[in-house]
Amino acid sequence: MTVTKIDLLLANDITAPIAIDELEKAGIDAVHDPSGAVFVADHMVPAKDIDAANLCVKMRAFARRHGITLYEGGWGGIEHALLPEEGLVAPGMFVVGADSHTCTYGAVGCFATGVGSTDFAAALALGELWFRVPESMRLTFNGSIGGGLMGKDLILNAIGRIGVDGATYRAMEFEGKAIGELSMDGRLTMCNMAIEAGAKSGIIAPDSKTADYVRARSRRPFQTYASGPDAQYVETVEFDVTGMEPQVALPHSPGNVRPVSEVAGTEVDQVVIGSCTNGRMEDMRIAARILKGRAVREGLRCIIIPATHGIYLRALGEGLIEAFARAKAIVSTPTCGPCLGMHMGVLGEGEVALSTTNRNFIGRMGHRSSKVYLASPATAAATAVEGKVADPRRYLQGAW
Amino acid sequence: MSQMGTAYVVGDNIDTDLIIPARYLNTIDPAELGRHCFEDLDPEFAKSRSSAKGREGVVVVAGRNFGCGSSREHAPISLKAAGVQCVIAKSFARIFFRNAVNIGLPVMQCEEAAEVAASGDEIQFDLFPGTIRNLKRGEAYSAKPLPESMREIYSSGGLMNYVKRRMAERS
Repeated sequence: MTVTKIDLLLANDITAPIAIDELEKAGIDAVHDPSGAVFVADHMVPAKDIDAANLCVKMRAFARRHGITLYEGGWGGIEHALLPEEGLVAPGMFVVGADSHTCTYGAVGCFATGVGSTDFAAALALGELWFRVPESMRLTFNGSIGGGLMGKDLILNAIGRIGVDGATYRAMEFEGKAIGELSMDGRLTMCNMAIEAGAKSGIIAPDSKTADYVRARSRRPFQTYASGPDAQYVETVEFDVTGMEPQVALPHSPGNVRPVSEVAGTEVDQVVIGSCTNGRMEDMRIAARILKGRAVREGLRCIIIPATHGIYLRALGEGLIEAFARAKAIVSTPTCGPCLGMHMGVLGEGEVALSTTNRNFIGRMGHRSSKVYLASPATAAATAVEGKVADPRRYLQGAW
Repeated sequence: MSQMGTAYVVGDNIDTDLIIPARYLNTIDPAELGRHCFEDLDPEFAKSRSSAKGREGVVVVAGRNFGCGSSREHAPISLKAAGVQCVIAKSFARIFFRNAVNIGLPVMQCEEAAEVAASGDEIQFDLFPGTIRNLKRGEAYSAKPLPESMREIYSSGGLMNYVKRRMAERS
């Protein structure tokens, strides 16, 4: 048990309003350090209805009163894509967010973990919070990543192997040659989904890619840490990614994972490419590479959501947005919307989606009888073209 | 102080979307969240809670990894508002467990009690010292002890009361 000072606190339009109410009910009108907290409006934006709009009004008023930075609209995007992009997270930081996917920042060498609204409220008031020190679990990815394979495939394979509670309360440390080969975007995807195995955090020891990524975005000095040779692990699991097939999580669990060849041909009504898991530049580029000069299968909706306004602009500059639109995909402003069945692509009765998001629980994206398959942006784009679950590798011959 | 409730048994990996679907997260009103508790798991559950008989206490008895998924505190708020007195599970997802403690919803981890309970069993529980009795079966069990910090939060009446005390100590 330890009480820890927090370097950065985060909440969003779903979790911040409850925290604000809790502080008000307790008569607390002081924030320990407004510069160490950020709010992001991303889950229900642009406001999906009056109730959602009112929660944002509450969050805005609180942020203004206490001098907390709030990111939204053209200044914002999906929190876990936005914070690394803005240089707000750097190696060695202790980050606590009122969102389960806060573990994403382990990819830049933070210890980052998700909490609920009341914990966030307490941390906002006190600047610190109590934690149990987690046991560490090592996941070693040996071998080389072949064409068409992404960070998403590696993490889905891992969750399929250890199970959705295989890392409960633990810190998952990802390492090995294949992790070194992965881009920062791919690493962010992997740490993002650590929570889907129940982990308290996912983490990757910073290397030169991490340092280049952070220095390009932040002037904040940072300290890197790595596990020592005498580090104790409660469990070590080894993976060989050489020749690994793209992976798909079948309904209704992120742990129900199969190689794409076993699911190929399953008919799909909707494809979603985006979210805090897979809405980054690499994801947009791979989707465009497959969709450019082709068309989304008639009768299927393909919704593409760059995760931040910055990514949207870069995708525009590189001609990706035009390639998507010409391929009959539809492109949305950044929002979490469809990932949690909130808006911008909710599923109806019996509908089937293949999505690059992180959860495929019953009712997650809409009606309780709808079904969600989870996969990488490459698999999603190939699926959009064929109208059924498809192996992306035949669209990605040659260097990529 | 011991409390009573009727067991409502659910399975493994009951996620927070099943406890309260995200489509209701545009509100933070506990009563409204309570009306949609477990809606996608069992549409009858929330409806039954509005009848006079249904308002009697319920003890949710679950398998492994109860509350996995999102950090939404709306999940324990919804359970509490639906009249759930306690959740007994083989194991809990981390964030849900903290959230429940923080808002004062009793949560007890007990493999044995969760293994044998059937819906409708009368359950008596006492958070401190962590005893569970299944009156139908005439059996008693011990839950995994809570860490000291969580006991302190419960006995303060929730995390925010504990925070108020800490702030008063500082000033």
